[in-house]
Amino acid sequence: MDHVITCKELVELVTDYLEGTLSGETRAQMERHVAGCDGCTKYLEQMRRTIQLTGNVREEDLSAAQREDLLRLFRDWKKG
Amino acid sequence: MDLKVDETALLHSLRQRDELAFTQLVEQYHASLVRLARLFVHEETVAEELSQETWIAVLHGLDGFEGRSSLKTWIFTILTNKAKTRSLRENRSLVFSDFEDDHFDSPTVAPQRFKDASAGASANHWAVEPASWAGIPEEIILSGETLHLIRQTIAGLPEQQRAVITLRDIEEFSAQEICNILGISETNQRVLLHRARARVREALEDYLQAEH
Repeated sequence: MDHVITCKELVELVTDYLEGTLSGETRAQMERHVAGCDGCTKYLEQMRRTIQLTGNVREEDLSAAQREDLLRLFRDWKKG
Repeated sequence: MDLKVDETALLHSLRQRDELAFTQLVEQYHASLVRLARLFVHEETVAEELSQETWIAVLHGLDGFEGRSSLKTWIFTILTNKAKTRSLRENRSLVFSDFEDDHFDSPTVAPQRFKDASAGASANHWAVEPASWAGIPEEIILSGETLHLIRQTIAGLPEQQRAVITLRDIEEFSAQEICNILGISETNQRVLLHRARARVREALEDYLQAEH
């Protein structure tokens, strides 16, 4: 007899699901639930979007001073 | 596969004392190193210093680097070790094995969002469903304010959660790499990530609802 996952349980499985660490059986139960549940479909969508937006926080640019400092380190090392 | 090849070529150039290769590497990772260091030490200047020390150690360790981990993981592990030592000295230890201050069993979505036992068969199903974000204009979702909110929310997380979400969702390390860098188990890594992501989602939900 399959355990029926409730929405309250499902939201706590979302990270395991997205990280691919659920057992095949739990994964299948979860997917069945989501397929028939509007709220959980939207929750999962929100979580995916959240992860994607968090990735946008990355800032890359180095300041001129940082780049200069690092190149000086490199040149010192190169001189040995 | 390509990544591995690129890394081998990069490593070769670095060992040849190729300045361009080094520049490429620091452009790619320096900002991330500083961000990671900031998880352990308060001051930006100390974080910068630790990152510079890391580069010195990387340069001096290049010839002995055996490639058992990726170059990236190796660099970040050096930084983490230095930052941990420094934060201990600063008396500000980030103790990853100690989860006392965190309520690991508490739900990540407010219980009021679900129907209670009086609802019978539909108990524990949504009472207040999440809204779809599909109709929200992209210029709001991708706005500077949204990014600022995410940054602020992450900054306000407990330290271990902040470390894990930064490494996983911003720096995009694999779960295994994060466990190695922070010295935590995969289960703890995932629980911390789960709680951190749930907090960011909740903050976004509140914000986007108000904006919409």
